[in-house]
Amino acid sequence: MRIGCPYCGERWNDEFIVLGDADALMKRPGEAQFALFYDYVYLRDNPAGRHRELWYHQGGCRQWLVVTRDTLNHTVHSVETARCVAQDREAAS
Amino acid sequence: MEFVDSIVLSSCSVAAYARLKRSEGSATPDGEFSLISGLALMHYSLWSVLREGLSGGRGWTPAWRDPEPKAEYDAIIVGGGGHGLASAYYLAKNHGLTNIAVVEKGYIGSGNVGRNTTIIRSNYLLPGNIPFYEHSLKLWEGLEQDVNYNSMVSQRGVINLFHSDSDRDRYVRRGNAMMFEGVKAEYLDREGVRSFAPFLDFDNARFPIHGGLLQRRGGTVRHDAVAWGYARGADQRGVDILQNTEVTGIKVEHGKAVGVETSRGFIRSKKIGLACAGNSSRVAAMAGLRLPIESHVLQAFVSEGVKPLINQVILYGAGHFYISQSDKGGLVFGGDIDGYNTYAQRGNLYTIEDVFEAGMAMWPGLGRLRMLRQWGGIMDMSMDGSPIISLTPIDGLYVNCGWCYGGFKATPASGWCFAHTIARNEPHQLNAAYRLDRFATGHLIDERGTGAQPNQH
Repeated sequence: MRIGCPYCGERWNDEFIVLGDADALMKRPGEAQFALFYDYVYLRDNPAGRHRELWYHQGGCRQWLVVTRDTLNHTVHSVETARCVAQDREAAS
Repeated sequence: MEFVDSIVLSSCSVAAYARLKRSEGSATPDGEFSLISGLALMHYSLWSVLREGLSGGRGWTPAWRDPEPKAEYDAIIVGGGGHGLASAYYLAKNHGLTNIAVVEKGYIGSGNVGRNTTIIRSNYLLPGNIPFYEHSLKLWEGLEQDVNYNSMVSQRGVINLFHSDSDRDRYVRRGNAMMFEGVKAEYLDREGVRSFAPFLDFDNARFPIHGGLLQRRGGTVRHDAVAWGYARGADQRGVDILQNTEVTGIKVEHGKAVGVETSRGFIRSKKIGLACAGNSSRVAAMAGLRLPIESHVLQAFVSEGVKPLINQVILYGAGHFYISQSDKGGLVFGGDIDGYNTYAQRGNLYTIEDVFEAGMAMWPGLGRLRMLRQWGGIMDMSMDGSPIISLTPIDGLYVNCGWCYGGFKATPASGWCFAHTIARNEPHQLNAAYRLDRFATGHLIDERGTGAQPNQH
């Protein structure tokens, strides 16, 4: 499986560390909202198909990336930097 | 000690059971009974092997039926793997429920019970885990007599190696935790390990072998035969095994489970147990549940067949690597999961390299062997690395998942506890810690101590 890093180009996935579901992990609720915080820490959609996930390019540019990948066949559909995704989200809200 | 009964019970033969059923007469409707008894009389023994051997094998009957689904069952188990079939078996055997279906989308045993490294052991550390896995090991010890099926249970011993003083402390602690729960553990010094496995790299410059923790009762089991044995045992007790029947929906009304939509029509049931391993999240989502689970791939490997070389199961302590030898002669081994979410039953090359590097560091002679095959299975990785056998917020819906990559050894106890949970609508004390809501209440069972990061367990 190879991931097209926006800075470094296409690299084997052993250069990266994967953290998990980007949509779940990038929406951190306030710690006072117990039910939401439980969802954030523990519950995952775990879909079979397209999945947006956080990868860290440890062996390259050391940027956090949001990779859209198919969990049924490992096809990488798109790669964005997490910074851009977060900025877009802030701009939209 | 209520659970001891079922271990000893196993001497009751299937033929005797069939006679008992016949003498009871009205216990089951006539039509149903004749259907079951047509197969139930086939008892496997030395005598049956001799008889069939001399008569050309014409008398063997199928090991289980291929029934049409009924409109309604008392309980439905979704998933015809080791855990699902064991659950149905113990529901029938221990709890007297016989109007049960196991619904499987493919053929039985086509998931993880057919693609694991076959290791059984109970050398755990934490209180919630040790009694459960020890119960499982005790059930393994009586399994073949219980289900009248040769599962090739081989208690050849499991050795966990340690490579430093702090490693030794860790394993001594684990051994003491086991002894505290009544599970025998033995400390091996360097020479002790050498007496079992002289071929290991004891003087590895970075990770020399200082000793090991031995559990003699651990070992391996012929994995497919576990699924087949439980399937046959369950079938003989009246369980309908519905293969090639995919669950496409779970119907819930007013917070209660009422049945499952399948590729062969709607089947009603007030009790539905999910034992879907890597697909747990997908099936639970049909009932609107989100689980603390991610699906990951674990790869395993088999070498070419060689003469007996390694007599125990040996686990490397400085990386993640475990190896044993199958009865066909191939070395069977594996390591870590790949680490990313996936439902594809295949992994990537860097994990293969990682596993082989660990293997070579532990046992340099491995490099002389050629690898025969490699495969991947989908693991239901839970958020604390421990399983879930539990009620759910939906009445009559039960989940059995989160086995990570250690589900095979748990198969008998998982089925035994899940059956208890479904039949009584409450967990047994052995699986009381494996609640679904432990993540919300903070009662995690984190053997590895890595937190809510499934790919680190």
